[in-house]
Order: sequence, then C-alpha cells, then structure tokens
Amino acid sequence: MTDAAYADALLYLDGVTVSFDGFRALNNLSLLVERGEIRSVIGPNGAGKTTMMDVITGKTRPDSGTVLFDGGTDLTRLDEAAIANLGIGRKFQKPTVFQNLSVFENLELAQKCPRGILRTLGAALSGRQREEIAETIRMIGLAGRERVAAGALSHGQKQWLEIGMLLIQDQRLLLLDEPVAGMTDRETEATAELVLSLAGSRTVIVVEHDMEFVRSLNARVTVLHEGSVLADGSIDHVQSQPAVIEVYLGR
Amino acid sequence: MRRTDTMFTPRGWLWFLAVGAVLAIGVPLLNALPASSALQLPDYLVPLLGKYACYALLALALDLVWGYAGILSLGHGAFFALGGYAMGMYLMRQIGTRGVYRDPILPDFMVFLNWKQLPWYWYGFDHFAFAMVMVVLVPGVLAFVFGWFAFRSRVTGVYLSIITQALTYALWLAFFRNDMGFGGNNGLTDFKDVLGFDLHAPATRRGLYVASVIALGLGYLACRFITRSKLGRLLLALRDAESRVRFLGYSVDYAKLFTFTASAVLAGIAGALYVPQVGIINPSEFSPGNSIEIAIWVAVGGRGTLLGALIGAVVVNFAKTWLTGSMPEAWLFVLGALFILVTLAFPQGILGLAGKLRLRPRPPPPAPVPGEEGAP
Amino acid sequence: MTRFLHVLLLALLALAPLSGAARAADLKDLVGQLASDDFDSKIAAIRALGALGDGRAVPVLKALEDGALYTTTDHKLVVAEPDDDKYKLYDPVDRAALGEATDDAIDKVRVNNRMRSEIDAALGSLTLVGGRPQDRLAAAQEALKHPLAERNDALQKAYAAEHDPQVKAALGLALAAARLRAGTREQRLAAVNTLASSTDPQIRSLLIDQRDASDDPEIKHAIDTALGSINGRLRLIGVAVTFFEGISLGSILLLAAIGLAITFGVMGVINMAHGEMIMLGAYTTFVVQQLFRAFLPPQWFDAYLVAAVPAAFLVTGAIGVALERGIIRFLYGRSLETLLATWGVSLMLQQLVRTIFGAPNKEVSNPSWMTGGFELIGGATITWNRIAILVFCFVVLGVLALVLRRTTFGLHMRAVTQNREMSAAMGIRTAAVDALTFGLGSGIAGMAGVALSQIGNVSPNLGTIYIVDSFMVVVFGGVGSLFGTLAGAMTLGIVNKLLEPVAGAVLGKVVVLVAIILFIQKRPRGLFALKGRAAES
Repeated sequence: MTDAAYADALLYLDGVTVSFDGFRALNNLSLLVERGEIRSVIGPNGAGKTTMMDVITGKTRPDSGTVLFDGGTDLTRLDEAAIANLGIGRKFQKPTVFQNLSVFENLELAQKCPRGILRTLGAALSGRQREEIAETIRMIGLAGRERVAAGALSHGQKQWLEIGMLLIQDQRLLLLDEPVAGMTDRETEATAELVLSLAGSRTVIVVEHDMEFVRSLNARVTVLHEGSVLADGSIDHVQSQPAVIEVYLGR
Repeated sequence: MRRTDTMFTPRGWLWFLAVGAVLAIGVPLLNALPASSALQLPDYLVPLLGKYACYALLALALDLVWGYAGILSLGHGAFFALGGYAMGMYLMRQIGTRGVYRDPILPDFMVFLNWKQLPWYWYGFDHFAFAMVMVVLVPGVLAFVFGWFAFRSRVTGVYLSIITQALTYALWLAFFRNDMGFGGNNGLTDFKDVLGFDLHAPATRRGLYVASVIALGLGYLACRFITRSKLGRLLLALRDAESRVRFLGYSVDYAKLFTFTASAVLAGIAGALYVPQVGIINPSEFSPGNSIEIAIWVAVGGRGTLLGALIGAVVVNFAKTWLTGSMPEAWLFVLGALFILVTLAFPQGILGLAGKLRLRPRPPPPAPVPGEEGAP
Repeated sequence: MTRFLHVLLLALLALAPLSGAARAADLKDLVGQLASDDFDSKIAAIRALGALGDGRAVPVLKALEDGALYTTTDHKLVVAEPDDDKYKLYDPVDRAALGEATDDAIDKVRVNNRMRSEIDAALGSLTLVGGRPQDRLAAAQEALKHPLAERNDALQKAYAAEHDPQVKAALGLALAAARLRAGTREQRLAAVNTLASSTDPQIRSLLIDQRDASDDPEIKHAIDTALGSINGRLRLIGVAVTFFEGISLGSILLLAAIGLAITFGVMGVINMAHGEMIMLGAYTTFVVQQLFRAFLPPQWFDAYLVAAVPAAFLVTGAIGVALERGIIRFLYGRSLETLLATWGVSLMLQQLVRTIFGAPNKEVSNPSWMTGGFELIGGATITWNRIAILVFCFVVLGVLALVLRRTTFGLHMRAVTQNREMSAAMGIRTAAVDALTFGLGSGIAGMAGVALSQIGNVSPNLGTIYIVDSFMVVVFGGVGSLFGTLAGAMTLGIVNKLLEPVAGAVLGKVVVLVAIILFIQKRPRGLFALKGRAAES
C-alpha cells in the first residue's frame, strides 16, 4: 500500500472485513473512490452494501482492514458525529427525517454550522442562512410547506427532504442508500438529474436496485457479492460479466 | 443575537408574569391578613403550596429529559433527595447547641452513635453559600458522571431507565445505613432555623414559599429557553431518530449529557427548597417508587410541554394530599389507575385533552415513542 | 487417697496384658465399686471401666446412666426393672435373674452431672473398640471433644487395632489431642504434627491454648506452623461455604428472574409488576397452607407446598394473561409506556393484597422435610430449604428450557419473537401466543414466590425487594438468553456473598449495583448478548 495508490482517492477501503456471529457481512472488501466521482454500488440482498455504508460512516467498526478518507484520515477510529463533521453525509435506505420537526427545522438542523452543543443553545439563524434554507426548500420542491411537520409528508417528499438535508449539510462525500426507492418515475428522473448535477463538486456513492436509475447516472458501477467486489466498470461492462449474470439470475 | 425573543409571544410573557405575580405576591399577602378576615389563607396551606411548587420544579426537570430528549430517568427522585440532603446538612449544622445532646458541632444522631468527630464530608455545611453550591454540585456531578458513562456507551430506552432505577435503589440502600453519616433511617430533622430565621415562624414560611415560586419561575424560563433554542429542536430530533442526528455531525452524547445534568441540577434545587418546608429529609425520598411517581405527574399533565409538567405535578399531588387524608386505602388504587389510564387512554395528558377539546389553539406535537431506538 | 490408689491400680491393670479370668475378676470388682457412696470412687470406677476395654461394661454403664442401677440391702449391685409394684432384679454384668425385691429393699445408685459426663466418656472409650464403625467414629469424635488423660491408653489401643481409615484418622486426632495436653515433649511435638492436618475449630483453639500456655520455643514454633496450615484450610473451607451461599442466593435470584427473562428477554416487555407476581405466588402458598390446615388431616400438612406450586403457577399465570390482554397488548413497541402502566398495576396489586390480607407479614411455615439442615466440617450449616430451593430452581429452569425447545408452543413462541408477520402468515395465532408467553413468565414468577415464602417474610412489599435485582440479573446476563440469566444470577449471587464479609450486606449490595451499572455501560447487551443486525432492530 503506497501513498500513490490513494493519493487522489477521496475514499479508500482495503481488506475490510466485518462479521456478525460468524457471518461475514464484508469479506476483505477493497474499494477506491476518487474525488468528484459518482459511483454506483449494486448487488443482491445481503451483498454487504448497507454494512459498507455503516463502516464508512462509523456505525459499525470493521474487524480488520483500512478505511481512509481524504488522503489519510482513519475513519475506523472516529465516531459517527466526527465522521459527519469531516464531510461525509448519509441518506438512509428508509427515509429518516425528524417526524416531529417541520421541514424548515429539519433543514436548519442539517445546515452546515458549528456543531457544538453549547453553541446550539445560543444559536440564531442569520439572514443568509435563512435564504439558504429557503433556496434548498425550493430545490427539493417543498416550497410552501416549510411549516409542515416532516412526518406528514409523502414518502417521495421525505426522500427529497432527506436529500435536501444532505445538500445543505454541504458534505464532500454523499452516501445515498436507495435514494429512489418508492419514487414515481418522474421523481426518479428528477433525482437522477440532481445527483448528476453534483458531479465534480461532490463525490457521491449511490446504492441502488433500480437498474434504470443506475443506467441513467452513467457512472462507474461496482458489484458487491457476499461481502466483496465481484465486478467493476461501466454498466454495460458489468452486465456482460458471466459472474454477475450468474449472481443475479443464476440461482 | 439570542433567541430569547421567541421564548414567548408578548402575550405569553404577560401571562407568565401575571400568573407568577399572583402566586408569588398574592398568596403571602392573603396569608398575612388577620386571622379574622374571611380571605385569610390558613398558615398550614403556605408550606403545602410551597411543597407543590417544589414538586412542580421537579416535574419540570423530568419533563426536560423525558418529554424532550426521550430519556425516562428513574433517578430524579434521587437527585431531588441529594439536593435535599445538602440543604438538610446545612440546617443540621444550624441547630448547634439547641440539639438534645447540646453538642455545638456534632448533630444529635452522631452523638447518639458515639461519634467523636464530624466526618470530613460534613465540613463547610455550616456556611449557607457552601451548602447552596453543594445543592447544585452534588446532583449535577453525579448526573454528569453517570450520564457520561451511560450516554457514551449508548445505553438508551428502557435500559437507561432500569439502570437509573438501580442507581436510585443503590443510593436508597446506602442512605439507610447509619455509618454513612446521614442519620440513617431517621434522616435529618428537628431543624430550627435557616439563615437565622425561625423555620416555624409564618413569615419564614412565606419567605420559603416565595423562594420556591421564584425558583419555579426561573426554572420554567430556563427550560423554556433550552427547549426553544436550536438545542431544543435537536433534542426532539434525537428523540425521534437518534442515529440520524449523529450522521448530521452532532454529538448526541453531549446533547443528552447537558440536558440530563441541567435537569438533575433543577431537581436538586427543588429538593433543597422542599426540605426546610417539610422539616425532614430521610432515605424514603430515594425510594424507587418516588422516582417513577414523578413520571406520572409529567404524563398526567402532558409530557413535552413543560406547562403540562407543572399542571400534572400540582393536580396529582393535590389529589394525593386530599385522598391520603380522607381515604388512605384508595390512594394507591387511584395512583395505579392513573398510571394505566394515562398510558393507555391519554398519552398526551391533560394538555393534550384540552387541545383536543379546542381549548388551546395548537395542541402539542403528538408524543411519539421516545427512546425506542437502539434498545433491542 | 483411695481414689489415687484406684487410679494407679487401674492404670496398671489397663497396661498389663490380662488373662480372661483376671479381667472378669477386675470387671466384677470395678462394677462392685459403683455401689460406693463416695462419688469420687464411683468416678474412678467408671474411668477404670472405660479404660479396661471390656465390652461387658457397656450395659452396666448404660444402666447407671439410665438410673436402673440399684444397691440391695446387702450392698450388692443389681439392675432393677419395675414390674407391677415390685422390681425384678438382674445381675448387671451377665443379666442373670436375681429374684424380686420391693421398693424399700433397694437403693438407687445416685448419679450426678460430673458422673454423667464420665459415663459418656467411658462409654465412648468402650465403643472405641467394640461398636459399629459409625459408633466408633462418634466415640472418637467424642474423645476429641472431652479429652481425658486416663483414656489415652484406650485410645492408643483402639488406634492400633482400628482398620477403618476414617475412624482411624479420627482416633489419631483424638489421641494426638490427648497427648498434646499431657504427653512427653516428643509425644507433644508428634501430636502437633498430626493435628496440623485437621480442620476442626476445636483443635484450632486447643492448639492456640497450648501455644499460649507453653514455654518451650520449639513446641511454640511447631504449633504456629500447624496453626498456619489449619488456618489455610479453614479459609479454603470458608471460601467453599461462601460459594455455596453465593450459589444459594444465586438460585433465589435466578428463580425471581427467570419469569422476567421470558417477559423482558423474549417479549421485550418491561413488566414492573413482575415482583408482585412473585408476591402473589407467596400469598397463594399462604392460602394453600391455611386450606390444608383447615380441611385436611395434619399428616397431610407437609404436602401443602407441593400443592402450592401448581396453584401459584395457575393463579399468577392467569393474572399474567389478563394483564397482557387487558393492558400490555395495547402498548407493544412502547416500552417506556409499558413500564409506567405495569408499575401502576404493581401499585394496585400491592394495595389489593394489603386490603385483603392486611399489611403485616403472613407466616408461612416450612414443611418438616424442609426444616433443619446438616453440618459441614468447619461448623457451617446448610439448611434443607436452601437446598430444596436450589434443586427447585434448576428443575424450573430445565423444564422451561424443554418447553422452549421441544414443544410446539415453544416453537411458536420463538417464531413470533423473531418474525411476527411471518408467523401470523403461517397461521400461528400470535395474539394467543403473546398472552400465553406472558402468562408463562408470570406463572414462573408465581412459583418463585412459593420458594421465597419458605425463606422470608410474606408481605405485600415482597415483590419490591426483588424487582430491581431481577432486572439486574436479566440485563447483566444478556437479554434473550436463558443461559445468560443463569450465569448472571449465579455471578451476582456469588459476588454478593464474597463482598458481604468485606463490605457488609448493604454496602456489598450497593457495590454490586454500581458494578453492574458500570458493566452495562461497558457491555450494554450483557454477558451473553446477541450480535449483529438482528440484535439492533
């Protein structure tokens, strides 16, 4: 492992293994994501996609292996909050917004600003911050619903609100776990556009089952299977791989 | 620029000051009327109302952690009692040679146990200011240390409730011991005066009552300030989805730790004001049942509203005073039924009910399932 | 003076190898001497009989002790047995009939307390050689308890002749103890070495006395060494006893916690009324006991406990089912609400029992087969009720494990716990399974109440004593694991008992609670926790 191997990489995973009671959720997984890249990760159920995200965001500690961010920060030593403050944001598989807070308040909490607890006690929004929130609300199509409790939104709207929370967090690496699950076709299309518009300024890892969506991102695809990488390359490339076909269709 | 401007609407401030003035000025005035007057408030009611004010402050403290942060602490009775003991130690030292054994230094129970010397942890309690610092510090430090371990290891939900109960239980057992140096079973009592004022004089009792109401008012403002700040929204957020808050980069542990400690301090202050008004503090205040009872005051009033905690504490304790006086057998049945009724039928308590009846324009947010996340 | 002569004579007699005829003569002489009016000479005779080692002296001494020995007007010694208003007389040694006598023709040989203990000692010496092995062992232990210089030779002979290793060891100790008191210097030193192998607290105090009384540095040193090894062994025994007490306490905790392991561990329901289920089980025991007293013949009384176990199970199980159907099922997924509601139930149940039975403690008596206990070496006693509870606790645990693993109900229960929707889809009546599971947990708590009624007070507050401990056991052991509950209960029981001598009972308990609080924070899921994604959902 030389510096050159991950000098350009924003995220570098090497030999990561996670087991639960003997079951290996991740098995010697290695992955390298470059700055500004959009990466799709696909794989059948139980391939380890969500566990991989858990490892990157500090929710699960790997049994062994290296997880480095931005040229050398060891993520396995940090907790969730510290990792989030490094610039890694996550959208959950199940939309997770704060049900009892309004759309505005959800975004207010997500907005990039000092995270110290005592500072939140005396925090007040500046005009610019209010504008930024308003801008984001427009972007995610929730204008006019600022005061609605997030719990009252539709499924798709919650997905969007969560994406909005990720954007306003202004993170460098975004992890999207099935961002279009439960969305209508039109919503899916809009989401793809949004993700594409981020390319270059942010790095995005998308875990998705919806092949149409993955295709529309036109990004490099990594196929996970039983906790390690099965194939890697363009969507057409991986779809032509016999091993991938077997995993998806064979059994 | 602080958010104090959003703590209350101008009308809200008006209400707060008006109710506060009636309680803090009206009650002592009515009590000070000559006994012949029809409006005179009997002497025995003043410490009773003062006691309710202390309970209300205690309920407020629990609502802050339970209603907002989703932490059902079953240790608040212990923080209350610790504050009470700190105050009781000061009052004990004030007795001086007026005790049965007339020892200028040692409280009666120590003479009785044949102790020759004041234990080191009793030093300083003859000074009021020192005792007041301890009232804040002892529950605060205990809550901080306990919370530090608990929240960092992500003990949540019922697990947290159970270990706070174990903490209370351990303190309960410990304070029963004579060699702890806190008077054992009998606790601390036979107080004479506070800051030189005779505790049995009506004027002193009025003073203590006013102090309790002011403490309650300030406590309410403090809680209101916390819950109306961004931290308040953060607490609601972590009550709903703790791990999501972590992924936003906030330290859930510190947010809980701050709130838990602040709440314990409030509980300790309530205990300190309670002791001189009831004239005794003993280990039964640590009993695990007491701590759970506080939760029912909050639940009856409507949790996560602050105001509900105040109302609940007063309503339930009024019912308790009345029932234990007239039908002592019935009280535990009523209390037990309250627990069941409130959880099954009225999870939002009196305020929620009032909201449904459109007595209030905006009902409080529906109380969700707090603290479920992370508990298996 | 006469006494001294007798003693001298008898010592000589005992030492010399005697012909049968001579022995018989001596026996007759000595027996005859029992007729003396002088207590001292009677005692000397008793001692001499003991030292003689002739088994025929046994019935004489026994008759003397029982007050059946009389003197006739012509100063002959006889055994007299009442027969109507007369007495039948026998020779005390060979029991030859000697005719009859009236009340006033015979005089009872008077016995005082000093003589009684001499008789015991002499009988002991005689049993040393003659009796059954267990009698010989008892006699050897008796000799150790009441050492007599006169008996040393009897002891030595018995020791030389003994074949049973256990008895021989006991005799060796008794002999050594006797020699330590009154032997030559060499004998005393050898005796100390023999005694060093003992664990008897009496020997320990004997050694301490002798060390303090002795001026001989070598003997002092030898005794100190011996005391060191005895103390070491006594400590070891002390530790073993502590462990047993710990396991006993653990079994009580386990009984109290098993029901909770089901309702909390398997169903995830916080039942704060669990303690009251235990309390109701204890009151059921009380009621069953009263029914047995009132309606059944006294010889049946001991069986009441056997009847109380199923009764308590059914009563509390039924209450548990009612509780689940009436309250808890509306609160699934809202643990904190369940906690509050069940606390309310516990308050009401306590008050209900107080109203019906009154606040004072109710007395539940142990059946005769559970009273008493047996003594261990080192003087500790283990009571039968502790052992009964230990056994009962493991039977309950075993049956429960079987029910969970081997029955359809157990299968359904585990299925519903793991995946409610799927279970329902497969036709399992999940609601009924919930109710029955809760009933099972409550019923086991009731059976725990039966056991607890045997070792403590039965009062309306009984449950509150155990509720925190029970939760600690389940949480410490690891939720959802019966084995964890077992390990948790035993660990807590033993640690508690280990701490008790150091910190005192209450402080020990406080220390344990604080330790658990810290432990849970280190391992929030307990000793035997489930890991992985399934455990988090």
